[in-house]
Parts: sequence; C-alpha cells; structure tokens
Amino acid sequence: MQQMNVIVLGCGRVGSTMARAMFQDGHTVTVIDLVNEAFRRLGTKFKGSRVVGNGMDEDVLKRAGIEKCDVFVCVTPGDNRNIMAAQIAHEVYKVPKVITRINDPIRAETYRELGILTLCGTTLLSGLMRDFVNTNEWAIEKDYNKEYLSLNA
Amino acid sequence: MYIIIVGGGSVGYYLAKTLIKTHHEVLVLEKNRGTHKTVSEELGEVVMQGDGCEVRIMEEAGVGRADAVIAVTGDDEDNLVICQMAKMKFNVPRTISRINDPRNESLFHRLGIDATVNATKIIYNLIEQEIETNEVIPIAALKRGNIEIVEIEIGPKSPVLGKRISNLQLPEDALIISVIRSDHGMIPGPDTKFELEDSVIALVSADKEHDLRDIFTEINS
Repeated sequence: MQQMNVIVLGCGRVGSTMARAMFQDGHTVTVIDLVNEAFRRLGTKFKGSRVVGNGMDEDVLKRAGIEKCDVFVCVTPGDNRNIMAAQIAHEVYKVPKVITRINDPIRAETYRELGILTLCGTTLLSGLMRDFVNTNEWAIEKDYNKEYLSLNA
Repeated sequence: MYIIIVGGGSVGYYLAKTLIKTHHEVLVLEKNRGTHKTVSEELGEVVMQGDGCEVRIMEEAGVGRADAVIAVTGDDEDNLVICQMAKMKFNVPRTISRINDPRNESLFHRLGIDATVNATKIIYNLIEQEIETNEVIPIAALKRGNIEIVEIEIGPKSPVLGKRISNLQLPEDALIISVIRSDHGMIPGPDTKFELEDSVIALVSADKEHDLRDIFTEINS
C-alpha cells in the first residue's frame, strides 16, 4: 500500500478511530480538533500529529499540512462545518480525496452531486439494520468492531 | 419581493423590520426556540421556528417562490450551507450571506454565493477612518476593492505642502479627483497648490495605495 498524507478533522469517536487505524496502516496522519482534550482518545500508540484549531481556518489547515495532503476526512459533529471544511479542501487546496460525514441525508446527497464523497450515518445505519431485520444477514461481511479491538491490543 | 431571512438575531431582526417597512414580503427563520419566541412577539406571524439548513423547513417557508434568501446567522458555515442549498435545491435567484470571519469572503464567492456582507470588515473600515489622521483613509471600495477612493489630509509636515499637482510624481493608477479646502470642494488642475488642512480625494488602485501614501505623508510620522 502506498503511504499517504491523511488529515482527520474532528477527534471524536469516529475521527480518533479512523486516525488510529490509518496510522497503524502506515500512513502519515494529522488530527485537528478544537480542544486539546479530544486528543486523549488517540491513546498512546498514535504517533501522528495533533493540531488544535478550527478546521475551517486556512491558517490551521496549512499548519496541518493541507498543501501536501492526499486524503482529507471531515468528521466533526456539525454537518455544516464538515461541508464547509470539505469544500475548502476540495476547491481551494485541490486535495485528491475528500471524505465527509453528513448526517442529514438530503445535504449528503446534494453535496455528493458537487463531487464531494459523502457518507451519511443516518441512512447507512438504518439501512444496514433494516436489511438485517428483513433478511437475517449482514450486508457488510467485514467485522469493523474486531478491527477496532485489535487497535487497543 | 419575497425574501427569506435565516437567523433571527439582531441583524435578522432589524433587517426584517426595515424590509417590511419598504413593503417586501418577509419571512424570518430562527432555529432557537427561545430567540424565536422573543422575535415573534415583536414581529408576529412573519417569524417561523426552524433550521434553515433543513430542506423540509425551507419548503415549508415557501423557498420555491422566494426571490432572495439572506443568511445572517453568527456562524459562517451555516450561512454558507443555507445559501448553497437554496441555490442548488431550489434555484433561488439571489443568495446573500453575512460573513463573520473576513477571510471567508473570497471563499464564499468562489463557492457560488451571489453577495456577501462582511460586517467585521465594514466596522473595521469605519474605525480606521476614525482613528487614522494624516494618513490615507479609505472612503469607498469599487469593484470588490480593487479600486479605492481615498482621502488624504495635508498636515503641517506633508512633503507636498505648497507644491503644485503637476510637480508630483503620482503612480500611474492614481488620480486626484478633488481637493476640499474649508468645506469647499474643487476639481483640481495641474496648477492647483496644496495648502495646510486640505483634504485630497483620490482614486487609486489598491496596490498603489502605499505609493500614494508615501508621496503625501511625512516619512518619519
């Protein structure tokens, strides 16, 4: 696998897990969050960079190395913050891969049409659960939770 | 015109009041229930509770027939999404956004917002006009700030004092359009001499403003 420069915006549960996993995969990872305490979730094994600041502020993005970034992941708790940061990364800095969580399905669809890769937690989870109830089978074979536990091992 | 204002803070409130007075049809959308209650007590039926980023709420607000959507919340990311959604989902002809962080202005234009109002910058410019003396004071910016109209006070140490306009080495992109002497404005000619306390009004491109300042103001001020 080719080594990539990854920026993760938002160090909540999703952001910290993604950052740790990508770091374990051998990528260069930088995490941005508004508050320092959020970085506690990264644990002791994570040796990537941590940047405190607002992910929509271009000074902060530059400090995080956005000019040499291959992958930009937006997972703050706010849909609109994710949308704005994703557009800055996509439009201004031409980051090749921008992935954004947008929990409102309509906004997720609208911005997907603009060329930003969006993932909607709402439809993803409800769809997976519904399929399981109807068919008794999981649509996703991979057990991501086991993978998470191996991060802690 | 039918205008939807998103954000019922003080900007949205006074904007709505002014627009209603000028006989526009106005709807104010406010997310926060407490703020909504306060504003609707004052403005009545034209205030609706809801999140302007939600398509369902905007449909209820009648965005389909809106002539303009104005986003004036205190968060730039919300204002951006409100305007973009109005444009992309509902083809609203005109979207206007308040900008809180002045650095976002060019980004918003790039992302398709028709017009922005940058209150921080406007207030900053006003303050600059108040506190700067003997300097080049911006009065108005034309063409998004590429050309400026500036005012220069001639102080006792100004190097141009007593000189004629024709003796100045003005930058190419600068033009003196008026000299105001004791509240009397005149159109200057090549022979106009500068006197103490003259106010010089000039048209200058933004990147030549510093050159103009160097000509008119004392070096060691």
